[in-house]
Amino acid sequence: MESIISNVTLEHYVILSCCLFSIGMCGLLLNKGNVINILMSIELMLLAANINFVAFSSYYNELTGQIASIIILAIAAAEAAIGLAIIVNFYRACGTISIEKINKLKG
Amino acid sequence: MILAIIFFPLIASIITGLCNKILSIKIASIICTTSVVISALISAFVFYRVGICGEVIHIKIIEWLNVGGIHADFAMYIDQLTSIMLITVTFISSAVHIYSVGYMCDDENVPRFMSFLSLFTTFMLLLVTSDNFLQLFFGWEGVGLCSYLLIGFWYKKDSANFASIKAFVVNRVGDLAFIVGIIFIYSYFGSLEFAYIFGKVPALAEQKTQVFGHNFYVIEIICFLLFIGCMGKSAQIGLHVWLPDAMEGPTPVSALIHAATMVTAGIFLLARCSYLFEYAASILGFIIIIGSITCLFSAVIAITQNDIKRIIAYSTCSQLGYMFLACGLSTYEAGIFHLYTHAYFKAALFLAAGSVIHATHEQDITKIGGLRKFMPITYVLFWIGSLAIMGIFPFSGYFSKDLILSSAYLSGTFAGDFAYKCGIMAAFCTAIYSVKIIVKVFHGKQSEKIHHIPKESPIIMNVPLIFLAAGSIFAGLIGKNILDITTPITGFFKASVFTKEFKLGSHTPFSVEIMPTIVAITGMLIGYIAFSTNISSTISKLFRPLYKLITNKFYFDEIYNYIFIKQNDQLSQKMNFIDNKVIDFCGPVIVTIISYNSAKKISSIHNGLINFYAFTIAIGTVASLSILVYKYVL
Repeated sequence: MESIISNVTLEHYVILSCCLFSIGMCGLLLNKGNVINILMSIELMLLAANINFVAFSSYYNELTGQIASIIILAIAAAEAAIGLAIIVNFYRACGTISIEKINKLKG
Repeated sequence: MILAIIFFPLIASIITGLCNKILSIKIASIICTTSVVISALISAFVFYRVGICGEVIHIKIIEWLNVGGIHADFAMYIDQLTSIMLITVTFISSAVHIYSVGYMCDDENVPRFMSFLSLFTTFMLLLVTSDNFLQLFFGWEGVGLCSYLLIGFWYKKDSANFASIKAFVVNRVGDLAFIVGIIFIYSYFGSLEFAYIFGKVPALAEQKTQVFGHNFYVIEIICFLLFIGCMGKSAQIGLHVWLPDAMEGPTPVSALIHAATMVTAGIFLLARCSYLFEYAASILGFIIIIGSITCLFSAVIAITQNDIKRIIAYSTCSQLGYMFLACGLSTYEAGIFHLYTHAYFKAALFLAAGSVIHATHEQDITKIGGLRKFMPITYVLFWIGSLAIMGIFPFSGYFSKDLILSSAYLSGTFAGDFAYKCGIMAAFCTAIYSVKIIVKVFHGKQSEKIHHIPKESPIIMNVPLIFLAAGSIFAGLIGKNILDITTPITGFFKASVFTKEFKLGSHTPFSVEIMPTIVAITGMLIGYIAFSTNISSTISKLFRPLYKLITNKFYFDEIYNYIFIKQNDQLSQKMNFIDNKVIDFCGPVIVTIISYNSAKKISSIHNGLINFYAFTIAIGTVASLSILVYKYVL
């Protein structure tokens, strides 16, 4: 057990966060379904960033990173709440939350 | 207190002009009329000090310009010449103001009208009281502006608009020459002040300069240009076309323009610049010729016209011709004397004509008739004005016209002789057209076309008329016997006008002295016989082509139309084509096409898809981060 943890180095954490971030990004870009998917993808990207923060903070023995990660969590929660609220209102107004149909900003 | 002469009308005009929507008609009329009357009373006082006691008043109001050697003040310079102009302008203007209160009673825009009238007076006063060319030019242009505003006062009528524009444009031709003359004066004399310039004239009298490859005397060029300016303002032949059309304005305006404020400016300038003109002998000859031709020519046209105001307008033209030829003969005192007497009887005639128009709403004299019974006062006043303009003793016109004609006779030059002949013939024509108006309007049968019975005008219109008629009777007597205007140098004008070669009066023969009167009486009789019977129409039929030529005012308008306006139109149509098709296409049109198309292309990026935006943001971030990393880290 001990050896396994000690074998996990900083690089592993960074690679993990990169993977998560890329997954989130792909979800954001490639998704053609509804808006909630976007919200979830953004959450994923935020978590990837969080992992980075925590990993680096433990590597440098600095607590600032962990504090930042907690702040990010809080913000993410708030953001999710606001995002959902917007989506609910949008649905009431337009009757859909499909990304394809939300193109009112077209020039 | 003397400043009040100018500032009272100015302030009244500003107040009524700015508050013309707020002030009631009555208050506006009272403000303007009182201020002009006060100004008239003060100028009477000034006239006493300057004209009779012989003072010269010179007040600098404010320094106006002091730039690069040009120095000009707003000043009041009152010598004998100015004082008589002051009297004429303010008194005629007061009479016209009072008269307008009655004449314009049906109009809603009286405050505006009153404001313009007062402003007109102000500018004329500025003109006559200036001590330098710049202030004079300012007044000169201001007078032109006010004439434009007043001729086009009934701006809903198309003809009034055209007439006002015509007056303005024709005046511009003269004004251009005038300002070029002022520039010449400045460049040769180095100053714009009268006193300085007039002192320096003899020193420059022999100097020549090249213009278009020919040598001319500087003084002659200057005088020629100034005279063109005078011709424009005083409606001499060639630039006279605006004056008859100016009849589109309300009648009191015509009276003011013709008697006091506008057309007299040219004569005033000639007299004021007598120190210059006396050194330009050939220009003086030119002035005599132009004056005499105008005098005869417009008197002849006046006979054939049928519009009551138009006849009087041409008669003004003709009388101005007399004044010009008097100035050309170096008898400036006679010119100004005629100006001063003419102001009274011309204003009286115009205002009496105004009463006729007010009563009948008709200007064509062939359609009016028999008004003698309905408007006896106007009838009598019209007779007084007419007798004065014909030059019958002892009415005022007699003295001034007689003086002009006898000085023309005495001058002994070719031009003087020509002027004398033209003057006598014009006097004959004057009598005919004056009688024509009286016969057609006041005598004869009452026309059936006028349904209502014409009434005598209200008292507010008759009082100024009676005042003017009194002026027409006594102005000449007073001027000759009390003020001693007719004697040059030692007489009224003293040093304010200048005559270089003063011919000590060889006595005029009695036959010459009596000639204008004989001619006038003959003209009167012939006119009466011709117009009260059918002879006039028979004559006009006999000389059909000549009559047609004269009724159409010698086709001046048509010729100008053909030479200037038509060519100008064609040119501007070509220019219009270039402007619209070439310049517009190369400039604005192409630019709009390019920007519209490119904007369309760019806007297609903005497709509204959130994925696409997010993708762009991501790519952008990655790209910029890569650049940063590449630049600073690696």
